[in-house]
Amino acid sequence: MYDFDFEKPSSIADAVAALATEDAQALGGGQTLIPTLKQRLASPSKLVSLTGIAEMQGVCDDGDAISVGGATVHADVAASGLIPALSDLAGNIGDPAVRNRGTIGGSLANNDPSACYPSAALGLGATITTNARSIAADDYFQGMFETALDEGEIITSVSFPKPQAANYQKFEQPASRFALVGVFVAKTAAGVRVAVTGAAEEGVHRWGAAEAALTANFSADAVPAAPSADGMISDLHGSSEYRAHLVAVLTRRAVAACA
Amino acid sequence: MPKDGGIGASSKRREDVRFLTGQGNYTDDINQQGQTYAVFARSNVANGVIKSVDTSAAEAMPGVLAVFTGEDFVEVGGNPAGWYIESRDGTPMKEPKRPVLAHGKARHVGDAYAAVIAETLEQARDAAEAIDADIEELQAVATAEAALAEGATLVHDEIETNMVFDWGWIEDNRAATDEAIKNAPHVTTLELVNNRLVPNAMEPRASIGDYKPGTGDYTLHTTSQNPHLTRLLISAFVMGIPENKLTVIAPDVGGGFGSKIYHYGEEALVLAAAKKLGRPVKWTADRSESFLTDAHGRDHVTKIELATEEDGTFIAIRTETLANVGAYLSNFATVTPTFLHGTLMAGNYTVPHVYVNLKAVLTNTAPVDAYRGAGRPEATYSIERVIDKCARELNMDPIALRRKNFIKPDQFPYTTPVALEYDIGDYDAVMDKLEEIGDLAGFAKRRADSEARGKLRGLGVNSYIEACGIAPSNLVGVLGARVGLYDAATVRVNATGSLAVMVGAHSHGQGHETAFPQVVADMLGIDEGQIEIVHGDTSKIPFGMGTYGSRSLAVCGSAVVKATEKIINKAKKIAAHMLEASDADIELKDGQFTVAGTDKSVAWGEVALKAYVPHQFPIEDIEPGLEETAFYDPANFTYPSGAYACEVEVDPETGKVTIERFAAADDFGNVINPMIVEGQVHGGLGQGIGQALLENCTYDSDGQLLSASYMDYAMPRADDVPFYSVDHSSQTPCTHNPLGVKGCGEAGAIGSPPSVVNAVVDALQSGGHDVSHIDMPVSPSRVWAAMNK
Ligand SMILES: Cc1cc2nc3c(=O)[nH]c(=O)nc-3n(C[C@H](O)[C@H](O)[C@H](O)COP(=O)(O)OP(=O)(O)OC[C@H]3O[C@@H](n4cnc5c(N)ncnc54)[C@H](O)[C@@H]3O)c2cc1C
Repeated sequence: MYDFDFEKPSSIADAVAALATEDAQALGGGQTLIPTLKQRLASPSKLVSLTGIAEMQGVCDDGDAISVGGATVHADVAASGLIPALSDLAGNIGDPAVRNRGTIGGSLANNDPSACYPSAALGLGATITTNARSIAADDYFQGMFETALDEGEIITSVSFPKPQAANYQKFEQPASRFALVGVFVAKTAAGVRVAVTGAAEEGVHRWGAAEAALTANFSADAVPAAPSADGMISDLHGSSEYRAHLVAVLTRRAVAACA
Repeated sequence: MPKDGGIGASSKRREDVRFLTGQGNYTDDINQQGQTYAVFARSNVANGVIKSVDTSAAEAMPGVLAVFTGEDFVEVGGNPAGWYIESRDGTPMKEPKRPVLAHGKARHVGDAYAAVIAETLEQARDAAEAIDADIEELQAVATAEAALAEGATLVHDEIETNMVFDWGWIEDNRAATDEAIKNAPHVTTLELVNNRLVPNAMEPRASIGDYKPGTGDYTLHTTSQNPHLTRLLISAFVMGIPENKLTVIAPDVGGGFGSKIYHYGEEALVLAAAKKLGRPVKWTADRSESFLTDAHGRDHVTKIELATEEDGTFIAIRTETLANVGAYLSNFATVTPTFLHGTLMAGNYTVPHVYVNLKAVLTNTAPVDAYRGAGRPEATYSIERVIDKCARELNMDPIALRRKNFIKPDQFPYTTPVALEYDIGDYDAVMDKLEEIGDLAGFAKRRADSEARGKLRGLGVNSYIEACGIAPSNLVGVLGARVGLYDAATVRVNATGSLAVMVGAHSHGQGHETAFPQVVADMLGIDEGQIEIVHGDTSKIPFGMGTYGSRSLAVCGSAVVKATEKIINKAKKIAAHMLEASDADIELKDGQFTVAGTDKSVAWGEVALKAYVPHQFPIEDIEPGLEETAFYDPANFTYPSGAYACEVEVDPETGKVTIERFAAADDFGNVINPMIVEGQVHGGLGQGIGQALLENCTYDSDGQLLSASYMDYAMPRADDVPFYSVDHSSQTPCTHNPLGVKGCGEAGAIGSPPSVVNAVVDALQSGGHDVSHIDMPVSPSRVWAAMNK
């Protein structure tokens, strides 16, 4: 690691002020950022820990939606059970150490193309609230590791509408156990949403053809044939064809699990 | 009744108390007065000309004490290959120099070309980044095939080829084998890859060099499986430090699997730096360095042919293999693919003709060397996969085909066409045991259950044999070994009757501290707790060759037996004197020396005390003290064998393979500690399953390591492996060592990969897929691709 300063503010306002320093960076659970620092792949001037900010902690029931503080750890989301599919997803991220450190804000800010949370946010049509504004999930994810966040902007909470039914299917990459492909299916009053992670070079995205077919007929048989392999990731762990195939398999399984 | 001590007892591993409570003493735990830190600058390119290395900025940085480059080591020697191999045409193998630090050229990603020594680790890191090296990247060769292609870049220009040798075993068999295959009624051919593996010992390599200017003594603490071998290499070949001035200490070592047999440049560097600074210098690899620079394992590309009669009787086996040995020849790199591989190519079978051709090829990748099993997993995998394919082609039961060709108990000692003499075994007995513990009769029902759940189920079975307990020095000397392969033990009885046993073997997880005392305790009839094992320090132990090749108990344990026999002989003389009897009449039982046929006796402790307080002692006939050393050089290899069965389920939609059952029946000869043996088998099976399903060390065509961290290199985890059924009750004791033991450390890793792949192929075939082979690791994507080709 290179040297850096460290601050642990207790309010959002103080955090935003601390992040105004040039090259300052927010620190959530550090599960992504700390390894990056250890490998000397980043050199922030200052780390601003968000885990001491009480208003960014916890899961609460808002009636039609649930709201998750931006610094809430995966273990807390897993334990909440308010949206079972979301809790299941959180409960299968990494290992206990990762789940007791890693935060939803960190995961969504990082937007790793193989991460789980982005598919839930997009699949449930979440709203991401920052210190400055609210952003619809459909506008938030902008490609691998790219988001709508501005420099120094922090995710303070995420609001997930409660679905009629939802399920997340994760097919693990054998080494990292991130999603080789993950599919989040949500049935809502406004129709069905299908969000795919792990598969595509554009990162998390919605599978429009499946959404249309499932909105018309919410059954596993209605899931269309696998999407095109063009634009799918191809690497050591699977070809683009394989990933495209898994998208359809997992979508069918997710729909079946919703029943 | 299980015994509660001595040979055959499942004594609890005494070393685990310290390992499991964080009290182990590993190299990185050791901190010395005035210690400094080394960090290496390593090449980012796989093949590049080092045009210049400007260290001036680094030298000026805070805390920096010294910077070394390849230039500083041009005068010292190279790290040699430990085994000389001749090509088929009689030409000597090519031996490019392996320098302490790369000089002139960097030959693989991670090849170190400079090192910084600083007051703190972070200062050394900062300065290493400030080294300004101008390295001109050249085209790299990452695979053996690419390296042998016309016009391929040379890894070492001076040897004018990338081929180290083109070896035939046995060359005299070649013509007859070719002829037999040509005329055979049936030939099964299989092309396969034995995937490259990263060893991944839990403890990364680490070394501390120290030099005392007052005496000229050097000390190296290092992560080694064989401290004397390391000292010999450093003294005689690399640095020229006199052996009497260098102590090598391998304290607790957290796993090796072969990767810590070898001497590495970092060890020489910390010694040279300690000398220059007069201060201790520590280096500990980070995990990325382990991935890039620990000697990797396997990496064979093989074509194997098995010729049979129509009834399945084996006629001939012929293989052609390319072995990627990486950028430099590591110490066992030349013996592993040859004598530890080609000599096993008859397996457990009577095959009249066997011929093995193997080309060892340099590439721009990390050195490749022995890794748990070392050559024998490659042989077993090739043989047992081709037999399975053959059984399918002949429409025979794979177990029946194996049994038909097994060497039978009355054929031992049995000399194979590839020149090993198997002393003993009973392969049918082990297969019978496997059928029982694996409940193979129940497979059909289990398959039906899986199918009812939409899964394909497969059963894979195979046998294996390995040559362990390496090795007779006379034999390996003829074959090209540059060292002897005996081992040594000193048994020191203390005045109060407790014992220290100094052994040449090194325990880095195996459990020697528990098992070796069981042997001595059994022989003396005293409590194991009175016996302490000392290992890993060249200043304390006799000159031994260390631990690898499942040799510790078979070779070093035999030395322990011989030294203990000498102790008993002398103790009997002392007892005879004390009892005023003749030594021929003294019997030792349960720690008591008794005059035969009388009730006159003295206890072990009294005899020990007498040896060290020799009052009224026959000084003319018996020296005081009770300490004996023995060296043991085996008469032959030992030949553990076994039969394994794996049952998998395959998800036909995703290609994911899960191992549902795994049974391993082994013949290790006599067993000293059944619990430790079972643990060794479990560990080996985990590694073999890792190779078969998960592990995949992959370089791209530019020589960049794609699987350079745990994000991409899949290690087996607890939920990847099933609960094993393990049995080692089929015992044909080794005929030539005093304990009748054969070795068990590598078996699991040798025997399991083919059973896993055989099972996957069986599952796919049962689902109507015309798949005869999938290369390891049998990952979901590969299985799916095979099903959908
Ligand atoms: C072994 C292991 C296994 C894992 N497995 C999975 C898995 O299966 N699925 C999965 O989805 N993830 C997995 N992860 C990633 C894990 O979920 C991380 O917790 C997550 O990616 C980052 O969260 P964090 O709180 O640790 O963020 P940090 O590492 O602290 O930060 C990550 C990035 O987000 C920024 N940031 C942090 N918090 C905020 C905020 N509130 N607002 C704005 N920016 C912020 C930081 O500046 C940084 O750029 C795994 C991680 C590990 C180490």
